[in-house]
Amino acid sequence: MIAVIIMLFIAGLYCILVTRNLMRVVIGLELLTKAVTLLLIAAGYATGRMALAQALVITLIVIEVVVIAVMVGVILSIYRYTGSLDASNIKSLKG
Amino acid sequence: MTIDSILLIAVVLASLWTVMTRSLLKAALGLAVTSAVIAVILFRLDSPLAGVFELSVCAGLITAVFISAISLMKPLTHKETLELSKKRIKRYWYLPVLMLIAGFVFLRAAIPTGFKMLPEAAGMDVRNILWEARPLDLFGQIVIVLAGVFGIVILFREAGKKK
Repeated sequence: MIAVIIMLFIAGLYCILVTRNLMRVVIGLELLTKAVTLLLIAAGYATGRMALAQALVITLIVIEVVVIAVMVGVILSIYRYTGSLDASNIKSLKG
Repeated sequence: MTIDSILLIAVVLASLWTVMTRSLLKAALGLAVTSAVIAVILFRLDSPLAGVFELSVCAGLITAVFISAISLMKPLTHKETLELSKKRIKRYWYLPVLMLIAGFVFLRAAIPTGFKMLPEAAGMDVRNILWEARPLDLFGQIVIVLAGVFGIVILFREAGKKK
């Protein structure tokens, strides 16, 4: 189980680090969150505190959805502004 | 091979496909498959509520958000797709190797077991934990959902004004 969690984490991290496509960055972040979800549940299962682990996972999922929705909204705005999803196009932003 | 091993291998393969596939739409679908398999694993790990949330929200809602966002974008031309696919192969061939090495290392690593169970948390139901032991979490969730809603409203209102 731990090996699979680490592999999932590596896949998400690699996706974020290698790509310049903003949508793929969000997908990588989502994979990282899945790894954390599995880790929380595995830790709860190992310690016998499933209720606490489930409560934390539910909170994590709610936060994840809101973050993804706002990130996708920001990416759509960037796409409308620059016409592309390439992260290097927004290097010249002020601020 | 047990059903658990098959599920864990399916998670790894689905995540690999999500990262390595060329099309954004297929990547979103791969993410949905990953979420669905994780939901089954959560069910098998005795956490049905988390599994239901994972299945309905992560595999359902987030995939719908991704697909609707992707559908608002212009598709790549055939030439651009070919150029990108050549670069992608160079960039991404390390990933399966890295994942295999990490998986092998952590499969061999000794993970500590024998955790001590907290008696007050062990006997509680998830509903008791959410509503009685951790009510501040619920307050935080409500605040974050409202912040997200207002954030999206402001983002799209600004975009509408610029048009």
